[in-house]
Amino acid sequence: MNASAPRTAEQFDDAAQQRDAATLGMWAFLATEVLFFGVLFAAYTVCRVLWPDAFASASRHTDLTLGGIETGVLLTSSFTVALAIRDVQLGGRRLAVFLLCSTAALGVAFLVIHGLEYYDDYKAAVIPGIRYEEVGGLASQQRLFFFLYYVTTAFHGLHVAIGVALLLVMAVRTRQGDFCPESHTSLEVTALYWHLVDIVWIFVFPLYYQVGRA
Amino acid sequence: MQPAEHVPPSYLTDGNTLRSWLATHDHKRIAILYAVSITFFFFLGGIAAALMRLELATPAGDVMSAETYNKTFTFHGVVMVWFFLIPSIPATLGNFLLPMMIGARDVAFPRLNLFSWYLYVTGGVFTVACLLLGGVDTGWTFYTPFSTMFSNSHVMLTVVGVFVVGFSSILTGLNFIVTIHTMRTTGMNWFRMPLFVWSMYGVSLVMMLATPVLAMTLALIAAERLLGIGIFDPALGGDPLLFQHFFWFYSHPAVYIMVLPAMGVVSELITASVRRKIFGYHFMVYSIIGIAVIGFLVWGHHMFVAGQSMYASIVFSILSFIIAVPSAIKVFNWTATLYKGDIAFGAPMIYALGFVGLFMLGGLTGLFLAATALDVNLTDTYFVVAHFHYIMVGGAVMAYLGGIHFWWPKITGRMYSEAWARFAAILMFLGFNLTFFPQFLAGAEGMPRRYHSYPSEYGLLNVLSSAGSVLLAASYLLPIGYFLWSLRFGERASNDPWGVEGLEWTTPSPPPTHNFDVPPVVTDGPYAYKHP
Repeated sequence: MNASAPRTAEQFDDAAQQRDAATLGMWAFLATEVLFFGVLFAAYTVCRVLWPDAFASASRHTDLTLGGIETGVLLTSSFTVALAIRDVQLGGRRLAVFLLCSTAALGVAFLVIHGLEYYDDYKAAVIPGIRYEEVGGLASQQRLFFFLYYVTTAFHGLHVAIGVALLLVMAVRTRQGDFCPESHTSLEVTALYWHLVDIVWIFVFPLYYQVGRA
Repeated sequence: MQPAEHVPPSYLTDGNTLRSWLATHDHKRIAILYAVSITFFFFLGGIAAALMRLELATPAGDVMSAETYNKTFTFHGVVMVWFFLIPSIPATLGNFLLPMMIGARDVAFPRLNLFSWYLYVTGGVFTVACLLLGGVDTGWTFYTPFSTMFSNSHVMLTVVGVFVVGFSSILTGLNFIVTIHTMRTTGMNWFRMPLFVWSMYGVSLVMMLATPVLAMTLALIAAERLLGIGIFDPALGGDPLLFQHFFWFYSHPAVYIMVLPAMGVVSELITASVRRKIFGYHFMVYSIIGIAVIGFLVWGHHMFVAGQSMYASIVFSILSFIIAVPSAIKVFNWTATLYKGDIAFGAPMIYALGFVGLFMLGGLTGLFLAATALDVNLTDTYFVVAHFHYIMVGGAVMAYLGGIHFWWPKITGRMYSEAWARFAAILMFLGFNLTFFPQFLAGAEGMPRRYHSYPSEYGLLNVLSSAGSVLLAASYLLPIGYFLWSLRFGERASNDPWGVEGLEWTTPSPPPTHNFDVPPVVTDGPYAYKHP
C-alpha cells in the first residue's frame, strides 16, 4: 500500500539531501524571478519620475474595485494553499485536495476578473498597440503607463496560469497519496512559487491602481 | 589498427545509441553535448570574424557592402557572446568537473541540466534562422531606438534566440548553486573546495541574478517592436538611455561570466604545473566573490559618453577602478604560486601563462577606459575592440582551451600529442597578439570601430591584424585535428596522467557513470602537494 514512501532520485544520498536541494532550488529560482520583474518595476519608477502627471491621470483609468477584488482573491488563495500544506503535514489528504483545487479555482477567478478589466480597457480604447485613442495633451506619455501596465500584468498573468497548472498537478498527486507528513517537498515548493505570484501582485496593485489616484 | 583492448565500463560506453545521448541525465554526457554545440557556434562566429578581417585587409570597402558588414559584426558578436563565451567553460568543463570535484554523483537537477542544453539549442536555431533569412544589423548590444524603431532586419528572431538561451544560462547557474550547496561529499567543506568550484559558484551567482534582467529587457524590445510603442521610444517621452542601463546591468556582469571561470581554470592549471598549494587560497576565494559582487556595480562605465549624469560617471569610474583590485590580487597570487617553483611547461601551462599575460594587458587597458577623461577619446575606437578581445579571447578562450587540454585525458581517456598541443598554444599566443595589439595602436590613433572602410593611414596596422588572424585561425583548427586523432590513436590515459591532486583524478579516465565507485571522503584542503 505504501505508495507514499519517499523516493530518492539516484543522484542524492538520502531524502533529506533531496529536500534541501529542491527547496534551495526554488528559492534560487524565486530570486531570478524577483530580478525579472524588478526590471519592470525599475522601468515604472523611471517613467513615473519623468511623467508624474501623465502617470497619475492614466492610473485613474484602472478599475480600483475589480483590482481590489483580484487582490482579495489572490491573498485568499495564498491562505488556502498554506492550509493545504498544513493538512498534509498533519497526515490529511482529502481536505488538502479540496484546498489545492480551491487555490487553483481562485487563481482562475483572478484571471477571469483580470480579463474583464482588459475587456473594459478595450472598450475604453486604452490598450496601446491594439486599440488606443489619443485624448488630451498627456496622451502619449499615458501610453507609457499602459504599455508598462500591460507588459507587467501579462507576465504576471502568465505566472498565475503556470501556477494554476502546477496546483492542479499537486492536487492529483496529493489525491494519489504521493505525499506524507515527512515528504511533501514538491507541494512546498509549489506553494513557495504561488506566494511569489502573490507578492508580485502586492506590488503591482498599489503602483498601478492606487498611487496618485486621488 | 590497434589490437582490441579491454575497455572498462565508463560513462562513454553506457549506451551507444543517439537516444542514449540526447536523453541522457549524466552531467558528463551533457558536458559533451555542450562542447560539440559550442564548438559549432565558435566556428560559425569565427567565420564571421574572418570575413571582417578580410574586408579590413584593405582600406576600401570592397569585399562587402556596409550593410553586410554591419550584419557580419552583429552576428559575430551575438554568436560569440551568447552561444560560445557565456556557456563555454561553465557548461562544458563546469558540467563535467563540478560534481566530480566535490565528490558527487551528478548535479542536483540532472533533468533540468539536460533541459538547459535543449534551451541552448533552441536559442541557437533562432539565431541561425536569423542568419539564413538575412541577418540582423543592430550590433550585439541592440541599442534603442535603432533596434526598436529603425532597423528593418530580423531583430525579433535574434532577440527571441538570445531570450531563450538566457534561460539556459539561468538554469545552469541555479543548478550549480544548489549542487555546490547540497551535494558536497563527506569532509568537503567550503574552504576545501578547489578554486575552480569557487569560480563556478561566483559565476553561477552572476548568471542567476543578471540574466533575468537581460531577458526582461529583450522582452520589452520585442513588445515595443510588436506593438509599435514602448518605454524606450523618445517620441512618446520614453527613455532610450534606460535600455542601455538595463542592458549593461546584465552585460557588464556577463564579462565576469566569461572571465571568472577562466580564472578558476587557470588556478587549477598553475597549481598542477608547479605541484604546489595555491598562494593565498582564502584571498583567491574572496576575490572571486568580490569580483562577482562588484561586477554588478560598474555597468555605467559603458555609458560615459551616452549622456548619463556626470556624477554617475564619476561613481562608476571609481567602482571600475576598485574592481581591478581583486583581479590584481589573483594575478599576484598566481605569480607568487609560481615563484621559485619547479614549473612543468606542458601545453595546458602554456595556455595558462598566455592567459595571465593577456588578461593583464586587457585588464590594464580596461583602466584606461575606466578613466572618464581618457574614455571620451578612446570610446568607440579599435582600442575598445582590442581591450575586450584581450579579456575575452586572450583571456577566456585561452583558459578554455588550456582547460580542455588539461582535462582531455579525463574526459576521453586518451592522451593528445603534446608536441602539437604546445605548438598550437604558442601559435595562438603569437597569432592573438599579432591580431589584436595593432588594434590598440589603431584605436589610440583614432580609428573608429564598426566601419567597413577606413582612411589608408591605418592600412599597415590592419594588414598586420588580418595577417595575425590567419595564424589565430590556424591555431584554432589545429586542436580539432590532433584531438580527433587522439580519440582513435591516442595513448590510453591512466587515472592521473599528470600526477596531480584533485578528486576528479582519483577516478578512472574516462570516469564511470556515477563518477566514484565509493563516495570519496575528504580530509584535507585542495592542492595538498607534499613539497610546498
